[in-house]
Amino acid sequence: MSATDTTTTAEVGREAAPPRPLWHVILVRPETMTLVLLVLGVIVASQLSPYFLDVSYILRSFTLSAEFAIVALVLTMVIIAGEIDLSPAANMALSACLFAWAQASGVPIPIAVAIGLGAGLLMGALNAFMVIALQLPSIIVTIGTLTLYRGLAQVIAGDKSIRVPEWFIGIDRVLVFGLPVPVVIFIVTAIVLGFVLAGTIFGRQIYQIGTNEIAARHAGIRSRQIKLVLFLLIGAVAATAGMMTASRLGSVRYDLGLGGELQMVLMAMLGGTYIFGGRGTILGTFLAAWLLVVVSTGMTVANLLPAIQLTVLGVLLIVAIIATNFIYSRTQR
Amino acid sequence: MLKKTIAGIALGLTMATGALAQDPLSMVYIGKNTGNPYFDSINGGFVDACKSLGCEYEFVAPATAEATSQIPFIEAQIQRGVDVIAIAPNSPDALNQVLDSARAAGILVLTVNGDLTGNESHRDATILPVNFDIVGRDQVEMVGSLIGYEGEIAILSATTEAPDQNKWIVGMNETLKNDPKYAKMTLVATVYGDDQPEKSTAEMEALLANFPNLKGVIAPTTVGIAAAAQVVQSRGIADQVKVTGLGLPSEMRDFVKDGTVTAFQLWSPYNEGWLAAHFAKGVKEGTIKNEVGSTFEVPNLGTITINENNSINTQAELTTFTAENIDDFNF
Repeated sequence: MSATDTTTTAEVGREAAPPRPLWHVILVRPETMTLVLLVLGVIVASQLSPYFLDVSYILRSFTLSAEFAIVALVLTMVIIAGEIDLSPAANMALSACLFAWAQASGVPIPIAVAIGLGAGLLMGALNAFMVIALQLPSIIVTIGTLTLYRGLAQVIAGDKSIRVPEWFIGIDRVLVFGLPVPVVIFIVTAIVLGFVLAGTIFGRQIYQIGTNEIAARHAGIRSRQIKLVLFLLIGAVAATAGMMTASRLGSVRYDLGLGGELQMVLMAMLGGTYIFGGRGTILGTFLAAWLLVVVSTGMTVANLLPAIQLTVLGVLLIVAIIATNFIYSRTQR
Repeated sequence: MLKKTIAGIALGLTMATGALAQDPLSMVYIGKNTGNPYFDSINGGFVDACKSLGCEYEFVAPATAEATSQIPFIEAQIQRGVDVIAIAPNSPDALNQVLDSARAAGILVLTVNGDLTGNESHRDATILPVNFDIVGRDQVEMVGSLIGYEGEIAILSATTEAPDQNKWIVGMNETLKNDPKYAKMTLVATVYGDDQPEKSTAEMEALLANFPNLKGVIAPTTVGIAAAAQVVQSRGIADQVKVTGLGLPSEMRDFVKDGTVTAFQLWSPYNEGWLAAHFAKGVKEGTIKNEVGSTFEVPNLGTITINENNSINTQAELTTFTAENIDDFNF
């Protein structure tokens, strides 16, 4: 197999590209682009409105999409593994509805929370069953379950909203070290998942099945088990996010988190996760979540029209996709 | 560069002198969503009132009328330090927490053209065009008079969770059930067009297909009534199915002129903005007491009374628009 000893210099020159210089490895990455956009976003937003540059305001605004951001971290791992899950926002609504409905009918809160979490796991398991056991494409499966979970939520809650008890309201107003709790949860989740993805064998295996699942399986990686874990994880995290939203809003409706799946995918894409799997980082999604909040908050506080806001977000996404693909095609060798 | 510096200094000076003199009252109106002509009219009332009262005024609105889409806008206005937030709420309860923090920041919170039904304690007062308790009753009377108080009717509403429409629908159902005058009228369906023209049109088509004996349709939403009228016009069945409801004269003018729609109702959205701005200014300056039972004067509208639940109405009855009077209204 090995020809290293006898390789002539000419062959070395032809086969191996020169190693990329260290600065190249560190700087030419999609996350760098996200970071640059984030810094630019902060500068532009603070020029647009004198009211923007206020840390407590930015943190408070972040809590409005923190639930989506937390799920987006797990979604990043799912996408790296070569799958996708579009159902988490609907999962959030159904778990939150079940939780609220249970506690409203007299079940103690801890058990109601367990019901919500269990429902989230079950929804993840259903997705996993269809994707792994029935070998169906995850994009189709989760578009289906997106509609199904949202529909079930409406069956449970109807058109009414379900109140949660007064003491359960306001997780976003509780501060830990000056940070709202949802932001703390987001940061801790990012650190833990970042470590799992970059620093453990499990994490490396996620990248491998995303790059080439058949090769990974031949190499002895249990890709089905890994995918099952990921679908269960995103189900449970989505359920948690749903109950956090319930606490923030003080009431639950079937339309909780409506359209959130697009925001989650947007965060992963803006952070440089490759839609076909195998590439991406938690750091990228982490930065992208802040980028999205900074951009939309900056425009809202400057009283810009929603039409302009949508246009800017669209341009951002396209720039991110082009840059990501360009960088990956340059560094793939 | 020099120009910029000078401009910057000038700006700084005006801001400094502005702060020295009394800050003008700043007011914002948060609509349900953008691209909704109904709100242009309310906005017009605010703009004119703020011009004559000397307040700063802005109109903002999210892209979609979804329950939580107004929250970032309210947060942004708190951050901007406005004095008054007037809002047409997209949800009766999802805004409770953020409106509470606005009020904690000393902001006067008014709901205009829609209320937080059941959660009135989270706003300071509400400005509604008419007493919403009578809208359902009046709409049933309207459709009844058009179809001779006999036959099948249906309701084409906005979204399933729209608080005002739902309140009116409850009123319609109660009137139909309790008033013997309407005993021969049957409500066969209540459908929701989500305030989207395409969905409303599809729902109207479905009503006609499912209930061939349908005599009348109440669409208590400006988008719904226009879509329903469009369907009736293109099918040429105006003599079989009577469309009525709440609509904008500007959007309904052609349908009324060609006989597709005989009569429909609404109020003056302009007056809501006009009244809200005068009320807010008065409350902020201490000349109006925001208490149930107290009264105040508004130019062009006369004496206004604050009713139960701190609710204020701009007019006593719905205005009915027909071919005779529709040209008198320009909103």
